[in-house]
Formats: sequence, C-alpha cells, structure tokens
Amino acid sequence: MASLHLEGTPKTPHVNFDHETGLLELKGRSIPENSIEFFKPLIDWVDKYGRTPQHRTALHMQLEYFNTSSSKCILDLFKKLETIRAAGNEVTVLWHYEADDEDMLEAGEDYAGIINIPFKMILIEEADSTQG
Amino acid sequence: MLEKIHDLYDTLERQRVLLSFKGDLTEDLITALLGIVEKKLPLIDGDARSRKRVFNVVVECLQNLYHHNANMKVKDGMPVPTKDPHGVVMIARTDQGYSVLTGNFMAGAEVEGLRSHLERINNLTPELLREFYREKLADGTYSKNGGGGLGMIDIARKSGSKLEYGFVPYDEDNAFFSLNVNVTT
Repeated sequence: MASLHLEGTPKTPHVNFDHETGLLELKGRSIPENSIEFFKPLIDWVDKYGRTPQHRTALHMQLEYFNTSSSKCILDLFKKLETIRAAGNEVTVLWHYEADDEDMLEAGEDYAGIINIPFKMILIEEADSTQG
Repeated sequence: MLEKIHDLYDTLERQRVLLSFKGDLTEDLITALLGIVEKKLPLIDGDARSRKRVFNVVVECLQNLYHHNANMKVKDGMPVPTKDPHGVVMIARTDQGYSVLTGNFMAGAEVEGLRSHLERINNLTPELLREFYREKLADGTYSKNGGGGLGMIDIARKSGSKLEYGFVPYDEDNAFFSLNVNVTT
C-alpha cells in the first residue's frame, strides 16, 4: 500500500507513515480546530495497514504541542495499533519529549497507562549548534 | 469618541495587555491570533515550560471560544444572532504570570452544567485533576463539538491555579460567560 506523507503546517504535524518499513512518524504540532477531520485519513491508513502489517511497527510521536481535541484522536490512533499488536505483531510507541517539557512526558505516561502497547519515553537531546 | 481612544490605550497599558480582540471569530482569525501570541512567546518571562503552558492555555481558550459559542453579540443591550462565533479575548501580564481572559455568549440552558463542571475542576488537587483527565481521555467518547470534554481540565492543569469564571444572564435563553485563567510562570 502507498505510504502516507503530509507536510507539517503551523497547526498540524508532519506525517510520514511507511508501509514498507513499518515506521510511522508524527512530528510537530497538532492544534487544529477540527482534529477529527485531520486525523481521519491517518486512522483510516493505520486501519488498512493493519490488514497486512509488518512484523514490527514503530510509531514515533514527537509533538511539541497538541490540543485536547487532538488527544482523543491520538488515542484512537493508538487503539488501531493496539489491535495490530493483539493480532501477534510487535508494536512500539516511541514518545519523544524535551528535557524541560515534563507536561509532554506526563501526557505520554497517561497514554501508556490507557493503551496496551509498550511505550518508550525518549528524551530529545539539545540541538547541537554545529549541526545547523 | 476621539478621547476614548486615549482612554483605551491608557487602560490597555495599565492592565499590561499583550493582545486583545473583540469580534467575529473564524478559523483563520484564530490561526492569526495564535501566530501573534507565538511571536511574543520568547518575550515571556519564565522557563520554556512556562512559555509552553501559556501557549497551550491560549490554544485551548481560543478553541473553546470558537467551538462553545452561541453565535450572539450585544446590540442595544440585547443579544442578537451573529453569522460566525463571536467573543472577546485578552491576554495580560500579571504579577504572578499571565492572565488569559475570554468571554462569549452561551445557551442559558447549559450554564448549570458548565458551572458544576468548573466547580468540580476547582475542587480537585493536581493529582486528582490528572486522574480526571485520564478518565475522560480513556472513555473514548467525543462531545458534540468534537472535543472530549477535556478542554477545561487541561486548562486547569496547565494554569496551576483555580479557574475564575462568571455568568451574566441576559434573557431566558442567553448568558454571557467570562473566564479568567491565571497561568503562573
């Protein structure tokens, strides 16, 4: 199946879902007024991916901000992955957060407590000035 | 009218207002207002976490204003319908941090429900507030506006202080709802 690629905007995240590698990525911010509309194609894609998933699937969540209406949609996305895992596949959520952003870490912990998927909390290293 | 602009300037200056807007709200306008707030964020005193919290609260307050709106405004002292959501927002500096104020008309019939929701939130400790948030998140239902009933809980969590609110009844069907969120930085 085709990969799903969306450029980030000031209100929506960069999306890169790749069926070939089983690597799913959400990066940036998710603060749209209509989150359900934005997330529908993402959730539909994961639903379809679940019919022929890779043995290993990793979802990288690297969000700077997300609003509460996105938080319900993110949960729905995780639930689709939970189903894929329940079918005997390996699924991991890698939840990235910045050192000073304890709120984002807590948000990840909240999801980890609700969803039956292993979460890895990943501290984002300070950007190295030499890397431009 | 002319001297009023000086009074307005003087009031805004004394209240240490960063941004204020009153009028019809569209998605594009909210995007623009958030853009302005974001540009001003680096000027906000406090650490990166505080700046994120201020931005988060502004996002939620503006989206509440947009979605939970009776589409009414006041004309000659009485509420009249508007095409778009309508309201007022003001962000001001305070001694403890920032104050995010919003106001809009809402259905009179929904006042008691909102009041008890806000009272409940204000009575919870930060730990219980987090638990309440988790509970609401996990129940998997969406409210009629597409949210999950999480907005006010999140606002309270990020602000670190009690929500201040009030309702001004206009007639049987309409009340004006005011909210002041103090974000401690």
